[in-house]
This record gives sequence, structure tokens and C-alpha cells, in this order.
Amino acid sequence: MSANLDQLKVTAKIIRADILRSTTAAGSGHPSSSLSATEVVTALYFGGFMKHDAKNPRWPDRDRFILSKGHAAPVLYAALAESGYFPKADLLTLRKLGSPLEGHPNYKRLGGVEASTGSLGQGLSIGVGQALAARVDKKDFRVFVMTGDGELGEGQIWEAAATAGKYKLDNLVCIVDRNHFQQTGAAEDVLNMDPIDGKFAAFGWHTITINGNDMGEVVQAFQRAQEFKGQPTCIVSLTHKGQGILPLLEKLGDTNFHGKPLPEKYLEEALALVK
Amino acid sequence: MAMAGGSSALQSKRPAGKATRDAFGRALEALGADYPNLVVVDADVSNSTRTEWFGKKYPDRFFNVGIAESNLVGVAAGLASSGKTALVSSFAAFIICNAYDQLRMSVAYPGLDVKVVGSHAGISIGEDGASQMGIEDVALACALPDFVVLVPADDTSAISLTQGMFKHIGPVYLRVGRPDVPRIYPEGTQLTIGKANVVRPGKDVTIIANGLMVGSALDAADTLAAEGIDARVVDMHTVKPLDRATLEAAARETGALVIAEEHLAHGGLGSVVAMAVAEIHPVPIRYVNVGDQFGESGTPEGLLEKYGLTADRVAQATRAAFRAKKA
Ligand SMILES: Cc1ncc(C[n+]2csc(CCOP(=O)(O)OP(=O)(O)O)c2C)c(N)n1
Repeated sequence: MSANLDQLKVTAKIIRADILRSTTAAGSGHPSSSLSATEVVTALYFGGFMKHDAKNPRWPDRDRFILSKGHAAPVLYAALAESGYFPKADLLTLRKLGSPLEGHPNYKRLGGVEASTGSLGQGLSIGVGQALAARVDKKDFRVFVMTGDGELGEGQIWEAAATAGKYKLDNLVCIVDRNHFQQTGAAEDVLNMDPIDGKFAAFGWHTITINGNDMGEVVQAFQRAQEFKGQPTCIVSLTHKGQGILPLLEKLGDTNFHGKPLPEKYLEEALALVK
Repeated sequence: MAMAGGSSALQSKRPAGKATRDAFGRALEALGADYPNLVVVDADVSNSTRTEWFGKKYPDRFFNVGIAESNLVGVAAGLASSGKTALVSSFAAFIICNAYDQLRMSVAYPGLDVKVVGSHAGISIGEDGASQMGIEDVALACALPDFVVLVPADDTSAISLTQGMFKHIGPVYLRVGRPDVPRIYPEGTQLTIGKANVVRPGKDVTIIANGLMVGSALDAADTLAAEGIDARVVDMHTVKPLDRATLEAAARETGALVIAEEHLAHGGLGSVVAMAVAEIHPVPIRYVNVGDQFGESGTPEGLLEKYGLTADRVAQATRAAFRAKKA
């Protein structure tokens, strides 16, 4: 289970490059929201924290990852491709007619997608249901859900948080991608949800706060979550939106860069930054 | 204004029966043994929706997530996507209106095997008033792709449709009501999802109804028979998928329709049937429903009379449809 940090860091670079290439090829999408989540998704899929099988995506005993902030689909698709769920070349079909790599994850069309998301706020409830299913069936699979920090404005998140606390779902981990931005500005300005860890703790969760763009801290957090019993774990993952290409985003005068792909002419520069 | 001799849908000449929510609750409790994979989730109303009977018998397969309908539906989606058959229930108004996007995104879009039961549908809940009355639920449920939408007329059909919905793999909405309703079908009658029931033959005009309006339709047909109008009555318990064959036969053979339901005018059985008939074989249609308005507090009988959900009103509409056909 001990994850090879250097190897994970190399994989994270591949994932970042895939996010950039696929969204630029699509001409739309949310690369900055995907880049902030890269270490967490990479550690989950390649750090030995999730048992899953690309050849048998709906294997009943698999661990599950729900991307509740579904607009960050490019990071999920990159991880699935790297895991062998589909050919890596398919990443360049992102958002194109006929491709199962839709703008937001589609459970029906793509193996490895555990919930159809894109309407923010719904993934944690689904994760609670999956974690309850494991309990009813006496199985030991685990469920990971990633939300945005802006997404925490949705009341349903807190309904789900309370339910997970009530049932002491220690097979459930919620990672909040705390990148401090949402669509129209800073998360603290739009609707301040601080303290995030305090809120989850109040609902009966075990909480861990980390630098979510530091692979070592991410790996450690997942190890701690795995060992912790009796409560669900919330990892508040402090990140930067657009992590990896921040100098370029600063140059472009937009460090949120929400919901836009890099124009083709900046792609090489961006790929060099994430190398 | 409950008075003897009234013609509200609850005062039908049919024999007395139980509430459809009670029949559903008993059927669910019994099905617990046949479906070990079934899990039921509640949002703090199980003693109203009657899922508590299942919950008492199978506490390990019953969860109460609190007054949180959005979460309720999401949790059911997670259970279903992990291989369980999940049933959720609340008042029709709350589970459909409060959790609509969750039904859309978390259940319908991935096509999960979630059974959604809305109780306290219609104005016949009475005194609690408009906030608790689901009278738009059928329209909204029909707008969810691939959802099957069921509206039982009495306790017998509620049992049969509850059993039937578990034989169907995929999302289903079952609408049940609060008051005891007259019995239409003898005990043990089996209905088939997607197959309408001709509960009375007739050649002059067809009354298409569901829910507690089926009893009123039968009473109206009795009245009309004495006037020489031979009305067919169809129980359209499955609103989606619609039984177009039975509908086509009714339109072609009787030439005029009345559509009666305990629902708003827009988007319910009336809209669904009219859309199909307009395409298959257009004939004159008249409607009996709640119209375009909210309900209010009152006795169930008083409300049904005030809002025109009576056998008399169905008879009146049927005469009008019959005359329109001859004109
Ligand atoms: C229910 C809902 N409302 C609005 C949107 C539109 N939307 C897409 S992404 C986004 C901002 C999300 O912010 P955050 O959760 O912080 O994620 P980030 O992209 O910053 O990582 C919004 C408002 C949506 N997808 N769903």
C-alpha cells in the first residue's frame, strides 16, 4: 500500500497535461477546476487507495469515486484513461458528439463513472447511499466523494453530511477541493462557508486539513482516513485553482479562469509548465 | 360539507375500501420477504406514507435520513447504483417538488432502479390544505425520461401495482392517497403496468380516469345509462407508458372522451391522453380536474365537491362530450 511518491508525482504531470490537451481540443470545459484536484485524484487512482478494475468497471466490490463537482470531468477522464478504462487517444474526443466523455460525467455511458453529476450538490448523498449499501450487504468497499468549496453552498451537502454522521459511515471520505474560487469570484466572498472543517466536525465527521497540491500530504491524509474508524472523514484539501499553470494564468490576468479552456496558442507554454 | 347523498369521489356507490397508501404499505411490508435486496428510505414521514410497517419488520433495511428530501432521493440513487432496489417515499408534494432535480439528475438520468412513492396526493387529503397537496406530481413525474408513472384507483389496484413496480427494473413513480376510497376491483385482481383496464364497456362515449376518479366515472356511467347514454369507463392507472391501443379503440369506437383526474389541468392524464388522441384519432374531449389553482383546507368531501371532482360533474362533462361528437 505504500505509495511511491515520485511515481505519483510523475503520474500527476501526465494527468495535468491530459487535462490541458483535452480541454483545449474540446474548445470548452473547466481545466482550472480540474488542475486543482489533480494530486487528490492521482493519489486515489494510482496510490493504492482504491481497488478497482478497468476491465470490469461495475465489479460490485470495487471502491467508488464520485466527482460531485462534475465540471472537473477532465481530471476524472484523464485518470480513467491512465488506468486503462479506455484508450488515451479518446481523451481528445472530450465533449464531442458521440463521445461518452461528455461535458459532465455520464454514469450510463462511461464505465468508471460512479454518478451522473453536473448539477452541484448531489454527489455526497449518492456517496452516502453507496456507503449504506456496503453496510447492508456487509461488504468492505469504500466510497470517496469530491466536492468543490463553492459547491458547499448547496444545502443538500449538509443534509448528506448529517446523514453520514448519523450512520457513522467510516467507509465514506469526502474531499473538499478548497481552491478558494467559484464561478463568479472568491468562494469566501460569494458565500463564506468557513470554517469548513468545523462544519463537518459539527455533523460528526473526522476532519483532516492538508495542502492538497502536495502529494506527500495527500497520500498521508488518505492513509489516515483509511485507518480511522467510527466516523466519516472529511479531507479539506487546500489547493490552487489552475495549479500547475499559475504563472500563465497570472499573465493572462485571471487566476480563477473558470470554465474556459486554454486557447491553442498557449497550450505549449502550459504543457511546458506542467512537465 | 360532507353530506349523505353527496356525489364527491369519496361518496361513490362502490363498496368501501382502504386508502391506497395503506394498501401500498401492507403490500410493501409483505414484499420485504420476496425482495431481500429491497431497501426503504424515509424522510421522517413513514407513519404517514406507511413505510413504517416495512421499517418495523426489516430495521436493517430501513433508513430515516430526516426531513431532507433532496438527500433522500440522492441516498436512494447511491443504494441503487450499488446494486440495491431502493424505495423512497414522502408526501407527493415534497418528494416530487422538493427533490425534483435529484429525481432528474441522480435517478432518471443514470436510469437507476429507484421506486418513488408519493403519498397524500390530491386535494382529498383535506384539512391540511394546499401546502401538503401534491396536485402537480403526475405532470412532473411524466417529464422525467424513462419514469413509469402509476396512479392506482383503489386498495386492490394499489397492492397489484406495488407488486408490479418491483417486477419492472427502472425508475417508477407511484402515487397514493390519504383517505379511504371506494373499491373498484375485487380483492386479488391483478393489473398490468402499461395496460389500461376497461372497467365498464360502452359504445357512445369513453370516460378515461385514474385514482379516485375511477369510482366517480363508474357512478356517472350509471346515471348516464338511465338517460340512454352508454358510457365506457377506462382506468388509466399507468399514465406512462400510455396504453395507446386501448385509447385508440376508445376514440375510434366511441368517438368522444372525458378525462377525469385529481390533478391540475396542466401536464397530467388529461394532457397526456389529449396529446396521444390528437395524433392517433382526434375526437371531442372534455376534462374534469382541479384546473389551474391551489387547493385549500376543508373536509375531503367538501373539497372534492367544491373543486368539481364529483360523479355529477363527470356526468355533465360526459353529456357535453357526447353532444360535441354528434354536432
Ligand atoms: C446546481 C448548480 N448550480 C450552478 C452550476 C453552475 N456552476 C458550474 S461550476 C460552478 C462553480 C463551482 O465552484 P466550486 O464548487 O468552488 O468548484 P471549482 O470550479 O471552483 O473547483 C457553478 C456555479 C451548476 N453546475 N450546478
